[in-house]
Amino acid sequence: MSVKESGSIDWSQYSAGAFYDEMITPKGNPRKACKAIAKHIASLSGEELEARRIAAENTVRDMGVSFTVYSDGENIDRVWPFDLIPRVIDADEWERTATGLKQRLRALNCFIDDVYHEQKIIKDGLLPEYLIKESKNFRPECVGVNPPQGVWAHICGCDLVRDSDGKFYVLEDNLRVPSGVAYMLENREVSKRVLPEFFETNNILPVDTYPRKLLETLISVSPRETRQPVIVLLTPGIYNSAYFEHAFLAQQLGIELVEGSDLFVDTDDCVYMKTIGGLERVDVIYRRIDDLFLDPEVFIEDSVLGAKGLMRAWQAGNVALVNAPGAGVADDKVIYAYVPQMVEYYLGEKAILPNVKTYLCEDPKQREYVLEHIAELVVKPANESGGYGMLVGPHASKKDHEAFRKLVQENPRNYIAQPTLALSTTPVITGPGSAEPRHLDLRPFVLQGSKLDVTTGGLTRVALKKGSLVVNSSQGGGSKDTWIVGAPKKVTAKTTGKGGAK
Amino acid sequence: MLSRVAERIYWFARYLERVESMARLIQVYTKMLSDLPRDSGISWHNLVIASGSRAEFERRFTVQDEKRVVRFLLEDLSNPGSMMSSLRMVKENIRTTRDVLPPETWEMVNEFRYFVSENVHLGINRRNRHAFLDEVIGKCQQINGLMADTMRRDTAYHFLRLGRYLERADMTLRTLEAGAWMLGDFIEDDSLHAGDVVWSSVLRTLDAMMPFRRTMRVALNGEDAAQFLLEDTLFPRSVMCCLNQMMESGQKIPGSPEGCPGLDSVLAKIEKGVDYSDPAALLKHFDVLQRDLGHMHGCIAETWFHAH
Repeated sequence: MSVKESGSIDWSQYSAGAFYDEMITPKGNPRKACKAIAKHIASLSGEELEARRIAAENTVRDMGVSFTVYSDGENIDRVWPFDLIPRVIDADEWERTATGLKQRLRALNCFIDDVYHEQKIIKDGLLPEYLIKESKNFRPECVGVNPPQGVWAHICGCDLVRDSDGKFYVLEDNLRVPSGVAYMLENREVSKRVLPEFFETNNILPVDTYPRKLLETLISVSPRETRQPVIVLLTPGIYNSAYFEHAFLAQQLGIELVEGSDLFVDTDDCVYMKTIGGLERVDVIYRRIDDLFLDPEVFIEDSVLGAKGLMRAWQAGNVALVNAPGAGVADDKVIYAYVPQMVEYYLGEKAILPNVKTYLCEDPKQREYVLEHIAELVVKPANESGGYGMLVGPHASKKDHEAFRKLVQENPRNYIAQPTLALSTTPVITGPGSAEPRHLDLRPFVLQGSKLDVTTGGLTRVALKKGSLVVNSSQGGGSKDTWIVGAPKKVTAKTTGKGGAK
Repeated sequence: MLSRVAERIYWFARYLERVESMARLIQVYTKMLSDLPRDSGISWHNLVIASGSRAEFERRFTVQDEKRVVRFLLEDLSNPGSMMSSLRMVKENIRTTRDVLPPETWEMVNEFRYFVSENVHLGINRRNRHAFLDEVIGKCQQINGLMADTMRRDTAYHFLRLGRYLERADMTLRTLEAGAWMLGDFIEDDSLHAGDVVWSSVLRTLDAMMPFRRTMRVALNGEDAAQFLLEDTLFPRSVMCCLNQMMESGQKIPGSPEGCPGLDSVLAKIEKGVDYSDPAALLKHFDVLQRDLGHMHGCIAETWFHAH
């Protein structure tokens, strides 16, 4: 409950209990970076807030921001759920986090390159060999390939969470086809339209350099040395849940949005697209389909999403695939546990961003712990994404615990366990003039071409149901604009005399 | 430009033109019926003919009252020729071609679609129909205006024009055809000056009343109206003018040096003309030209969309 008589939000009545709230301290005061923003929100009457909320809803609708869900065999376009109150992060803290993310991606790239070449990390005894051999996402077809610029992991969508100590932890790296960046950009567009005055008075760092940087990244990995390589975004088509993002990015980057049937690999092992004027050579493919659908010649034979011969062209060095095939080997959750060690091994640096504590069920001691404490832990399969096939101990029944104990014992390599995190919260509007804490995470995007870059913040996903930890939009989660807020803008008067400070 | 994208841009323009045409057709028809006595014998069914969905309507309905016809033509999503269906196709086609159109087009189409689905009931009853359809026409013009003002004159732009003018020429022919049918309904008794009413509504549907008067400088009559709407080279909704625009755009698209494939023979037929005073010959002429437009679409698809 946080409604004042006047109907506006009263932060002193707002409480996130034992959780770390990102906006309001346990004493009911706004945190440093949020001071002006929280105060401004509280100054709006319930009616005014409600009017802004409706304006945001209409803006999202008119902008056509949507995502696709499957229900009863039908594809439904749902309007993107957006919460008005921004998620605020201090610029200095973000700076450190961004450095940590870049460091992590450098190490991951070294690792992937090593896996497909000498496998020094195995020879040096840091990583057991079977982990790679048995990994679902290890692709023997990639062994010995040298992708342009030596880059395998071009675009990475790390999931970050804060625990009760208020620190950021990396939960997943997502090196296959991470999505969500279009929503990050569209969220900013919405908040600029409905909360314009906040941008006048606060130093909110811009996010819209991402399309330019992504384009630079793609250009930098072109195998043909030309200033204007032909770049395409390969989409599985309108039935994909991220199609909105594919179309959005193609438009923002000014690149061609293609489907597998638009591409053609000739006997010269070059990729061409079918245009009205004939065939045109393609240099870089930003592919948004999974490895196994890329090339029916090599992977799934009846895939209609990719194009025959893509792997051949890539192995011959005639086209860049972004991300490179086989990069997903680093997405394995068992391998994830080794990332901090990889940072030291490949870079000789201490990892800046910590992992969430992870128990490897393969290790007898750790397995014993997991089996004993399964009711407190989250147990995850090593190679699934999107939260499938996992157990949240504290929320599960005894029967489920037993079932997972069995699964872990039968196939220990395939399971890891982590403590159940006390995910941080932030206020979400729950009615006219009222806000309540809800759990959230953050997905920044890291780019790696000839340079490294991180989005300013990222996509904040937030659970909309009280107590829920599920932030996925397909399961009722919402999103917020993420504001990296720097020191207040300094208004310096260049001229002297008239018009000075009032 | 990808063949697939070219095809979708072309259809985007065709469906957008169809939305506007349907709004115009119903708008003018409603006004015309207000000028005629109840027992004039003119039925709402002519509108179904003009919209090109006669077979579909007759398969489903026997009664042809105003409400049924207007619902069928405006909001019935199971009728592929309805305004809502066309608008849905506008959206579907722009969804997959957003990357080559000005970004605001996407936003405008979204707004447009919400506006129509929330307000289409206003178009069913005569009381608010005018205001609603006016708004629909205005939104189509706004989208076309945006593209005219902001788009580079690249290949995508010329595919837009091909689609738009082919659809527009087709609509003009269908409106003329509906006019000729309507006159057939009156043949018994022309004390109502039905000819005046019908031909002025045909011209108004296409916003051609004033241009007709200033160009032809004769009192309104069917023969001159038909000739004007077919042969005038300067009026943007005349068939001749539409074809000329297509010729221009066809020449700017790579892959077909002679311009727009299949176009020359249609032009020749229009230039040759027909005995405009012979109703039967005229109806046949319309029919032949409509088939020719269909053939032209086939040629366009063959040349640019299905190559390789």
